[in-house]
Amino acid sequence: MTYLQLENLHRRFGDVKALNGINITLGEGEFLSLLGPSGCGKTTALRLVAGFDRPNQGRIVVEGRDITGVAPNKRDMGMVFQAYSLFPNMTARQNVEFGLRIRGGDKSAREKRVDELLELVGLAHAGDRYPHQLSGGMQQRVALARALAIEPRVLLLDEPLSALDAKVRVQLREEIRRIQLELGITTLYVTHDQEEALAISDHVAVMYGGVIEQMGTPSEMYTAPKTPFVAEFIGTMNRLEAHVVDGAAGEVEHAGKRLRIDAARGRANGERVLILIRPEALELTAAGNGADGNALRAEVLTQTFLGPVTRLKMTGGLIADMSTARASALPVGANVVAHVPAGGVQLLTLAEDQELPDIGEGT
Amino acid sequence: MKLRRPRMAPSAYVWLLLAAIYFVIPLYSTLDFSLKENKAGTPCCTLHNYGWVVHNGDFWHTIKISFLLALETIVISLVLFVPTIYWVHLKLPRLRPVIAFMALVPFVVPPIVMVVGLLRTFNGAPGWYYGTPWGFLATAYVILAFPYMFFSLDAGFRAIDVHTLTEASQSLGARWTTTLVRVILPNIRAAALAASFLTLAIVMGEFTIANLAAFHTFPIFLQYVNESQGFPAGALTLLSFAITWAAMLSLLLIGRKRGARGAVVPATR
Repeated sequence: MTYLQLENLHRRFGDVKALNGINITLGEGEFLSLLGPSGCGKTTALRLVAGFDRPNQGRIVVEGRDITGVAPNKRDMGMVFQAYSLFPNMTARQNVEFGLRIRGGDKSAREKRVDELLELVGLAHAGDRYPHQLSGGMQQRVALARALAIEPRVLLLDEPLSALDAKVRVQLREEIRRIQLELGITTLYVTHDQEEALAISDHVAVMYGGVIEQMGTPSEMYTAPKTPFVAEFIGTMNRLEAHVVDGAAGEVEHAGKRLRIDAARGRANGERVLILIRPEALELTAAGNGADGNALRAEVLTQTFLGPVTRLKMTGGLIADMSTARASALPVGANVVAHVPAGGVQLLTLAEDQELPDIGEGT
Repeated sequence: MKLRRPRMAPSAYVWLLLAAIYFVIPLYSTLDFSLKENKAGTPCCTLHNYGWVVHNGDFWHTIKISFLLALETIVISLVLFVPTIYWVHLKLPRLRPVIAFMALVPFVVPPIVMVVGLLRTFNGAPGWYYGTPWGFLATAYVILAFPYMFFSLDAGFRAIDVHTLTEASQSLGARWTTTLVRVILPNIRAAALAASFLTLAIVMGEFTIANLAAFHTFPIFLQYVNESQGFPAGALTLLSFAITWAAMLSLLLIGRKRGARGAVVPATR
């Protein structure tokens, strides 16, 4: 059943269209990540839901009630911010209690609730500390407890981990997910970190240029990207522009080389397509060893050691991941043959004049 | 997170000493002067001049007026400027340079020009306003204190993340007034205190406006005694100095809150 609904939201800042008609439907207790590069509109969308900003068009509905015009302090949205947002003049405990005190009610019940929440975020021992006496990770835990204290209808998280170091980030994101599942709270999470989004979400919406490019489960986003941008943004992807040369046989031509791709079968000859191959699907062998059918020739430009695997970048923009042990046989400067698997490779149709988005290097 | 106190260079001590001499010598001379008898040639030392001051009704009367005026000026200024500067930081940051420029005007316009202008402007205002220090003079002092108030408070607001704190407070259900009183004010307390000290010091020592507008404040009394009786004037100066310091100290004690820290220090651990 629909719990939170964003309908055709538009937001303009002068000439800039920060949001250009986004639609999101979320069921109760679900966790949705808004993922995208900076400037894609994800934080704007979150601020509209929180009520800190108003849309130029469209509406926001929670539990069937239109809250588009409701003031932020009347919305019952729990928010965790990117910047450290604890009130510096209050202890952790007083911070968590703040929203409850505003709502009034019995003091002992309030205190019990604060205790429970500090316990939930693992900070029962640090209640009497002031924010400046807490580490960044602890401050964000208190901020989470504070947002949850008011039993919000929706929990909003605006890149809450981006100021923390890598280890704490991974630890805390798992904890956020654990708490979210435990409380069954509907959650909107904004991040630019695709790994983070894929790791903890029920659904991921990839945003670019003020619109949602694609929304789906993390595995759908990874295995079946629907646009070139999503393909580039989620994980690392080889993107090869090609034209269908023989739709019946499933053959395409890329850089003067014919390749057989199962997914090209049945497409019209001359159609412009984008071949998407994950780096781990591209098999490399040293040039001259065996056949080079359905393969591209390239030269190794760089080798990046990533632990169990090594990433090789080659001429022609090719990227391949292979086991570190095998990669040592293909040093920088080596001529290689990159074998394109015919099956398990995705094809996207490109319009003749469509330009590919360039968001820099994927990670 | 304790910082090690940096060692002071030897030359710094020299400058510190010179500065101390600069401040202490006039005070010492005044003290020496105030301990002399009100006729030439008598030996040191007597507290007679201090007795004269303490038993002078005008002294208590004028210092009370000046002190209450200072408090009134502080209260009006804080009530006017804290919400204004908060709003400017939050919603109208483009207005900030305009207000900063306006705050410089009392520095640029000499008090004598200002008082003439104010007297003409308010000529014809009701007597309770125009004829008492609590009306006219307080207005003038609020204007005079504006630069000190603005720049102190502005620095205080810059030191905190006004936007995030406000939004965090709102999302937890707080109204504007609650946010201002419970979240913003406690975190700019140090700045508000500094602004209040400066205002107190200005009002306790302001002469030109009070004199031209014909109000009997403490500086007017001081000047009168200085002209007519030299030795008691020394005692009066030192006593007023002590009283002003005591007033500042009490403001500090009232404004200080246990435990909490005034300024926001982002944790980096």
